[in-house]
Amino acid sequence: MTILRSVTAISMALVLGLGFVGAGNLQAAGTSTTAKSNAFDYELKAVEIAKDTYLFQGKNEDFSVKNGGNVVNTGFIVTDDGVLIIDTGISRRYGEQQRAAIAKITDKPILAVYITHHHPDHFLGNQAYSDSKIYALDETAKSIKLEGEGFRSNMYRLVGDWMRGTLLTMPNEKLKAGKTTMGKHELEFFSVDGHTSSDLAIFDRTTGVLFAGDLVFNGRAPTTPHANIDKWQKTLSALKELPFKVLVPGHGSVAKDITPIEQTSDYLNWLVGVLKEGASNGMDMNEVMRTEIPERFQSMDLVKIELTRSVTHLYPALENQFLNPVND
Amino acid sequence: MKVVALVFTIVFSLMAQANAADKEMVDPLNSPQWGVMHKRFLNSEPVVFDDKVKVYAPEFAEDSMNVPISFEAIELKDIKEVVVMADLNPIPLVLRYFPNELTPYLAFRIKLQQGSPVRAAVKTSDNIWHVGGTWVDAAGGGCTLPSIGTSSGDWSSTLGKVSANIWPRKNSSNRLRIRVMHPMDTGLAPGIPKFHIEKMTLSDKEGNKLARLEVYEPISENPMLSLGVDKHEYLKINGRDNNGNIVDAEVVTR
Ligand SMILES: [Zn+2]
Repeated sequence: MTILRSVTAISMALVLGLGFVGAGNLQAAGTSTTAKSNAFDYELKAVEIAKDTYLFQGKNEDFSVKNGGNVVNTGFIVTDDGVLIIDTGISRRYGEQQRAAIAKITDKPILAVYITHHHPDHFLGNQAYSDSKIYALDETAKSIKLEGEGFRSNMYRLVGDWMRGTLLTMPNEKLKAGKTTMGKHELEFFSVDGHTSSDLAIFDRTTGVLFAGDLVFNGRAPTTPHANIDKWQKTLSALKELPFKVLVPGHGSVAKDITPIEQTSDYLNWLVGVLKEGASNGMDMNEVMRTEIPERFQSMDLVKIELTRSVTHLYPALENQFLNPVND
Repeated sequence: MKVVALVFTIVFSLMAQANAADKEMVDPLNSPQWGVMHKRFLNSEPVVFDDKVKVYAPEFAEDSMNVPISFEAIELKDIKEVVVMADLNPIPLVLRYFPNELTPYLAFRIKLQQGSPVRAAVKTSDNIWHVGGTWVDAAGGGCTLPSIGTSSGDWSSTLGKVSANIWPRKNSSNRLRIRVMHPMDTGLAPGIPKFHIEKMTLSDKEGNKLARLEVYEPISENPMLSLGVDKHEYLKINGRDNNGNIVDAEVVTR
């Protein structure tokens, strides 16, 4: 075929050309109107979930101006040598308020910050720790570099002024998988994948607390924008074998057993089935989005919205498997 | 008796007309652009907002470059044309579909710059536009960035390639799904001229034209279309873009 397109491809310009405007346009600053959000106080309360170990539990909600993006679990471990922080939340304000809340519990210095994966609610608070060591797996850091700015502008659009002053702060230390001891806590870092291409799970063998990041959801439908479900299932099977006493999911309540792991796995299994069945029967995306949620998942927060999203994320690759090349 | 019946008929028909006029006045989606849409794309012709035209879309655009839209109007007969538009898009006109005898169902994906009504207007042989629609909010995913797709490097080697399949169905129209590789540039970004598929025609083995489609800039990159094709199990697809590149394919059930 003769190609008559009148320009040659120029990478960035072409990227812009596919849309109506560049993504930068999305960065319109939101305005907050609710009385509560005027204070921009996330009201973070550290809850002790095991010896030396604390959690800031986020709401099982979507990002909104009302909740300021406080929809994620972050945590910290107070060791003899200093504080270990797991994820920094959605914004500069969150990171700063998290740091202030930690200072109310302990005056120990910050030893390390760990980022579980590259989703914006887990690392955009890094700015509050720019004087500290911020660890991430190599692949996670790469993804933050690639998509971090885009996430940041998305968040301005979704939660508005809560984001004010938030700049992308990259992890500054490479994290290696394996065992290490930090202030008498025996920690094990797992470099795994499935929820994204690079997920970190942290197991504190001293206390028995497993920080699973977004590999595990509890009572809230799992999110899939960068998911590989097969790999995710393998990772979940491995996590299930760990002798943990306390399980901290990325979203939802803390648990003492494998129930949230099994729930996450069960949901993902159902989701894949729905997508494959739809694709093999020639259904369009909206038809698949209208699939009825089975009773056992109906009590999960955000399940309908996440199904809609997951169809957007995962269906295009699947539906192509059921089309045949018909010219050339 | 005859007179009474006649009076009743007149009264009822007046009521029906008033009713239609009322409906015409009030856009259920309450869009500031509706008047402009009506004038520009429906030539200010008579309109009713009609539940028989079903437009499906997610409530929000998770990926603003690929928002799935579908419409069906199987309860309407003698359809001349279907116009799809998104009022608040910089280019509102999405496509025109001329289904002839085929089932009036079509699914596709569009680029949405901001939250907007998305409508399908179905013109029946009495020259009335039946309009259905839904609102799509632009604020979707926080963890999903607008997808830039596959063409950012290497569109030229796949341009015009078609993948497709037909699913025979017992109790409804067979389903054709077709994907055409094409960048579908809008022409609105500086330095990138508009470059999009313009026309597609569906024919049977004997060359009888079954349906025709006019495609505009808002359709997503590498358009993926789903159509109702009645009992057909063999279809020819012919099309071209605004630069004269040809799309040419034959699809059989597999
Ligand atoms: Zn995540």
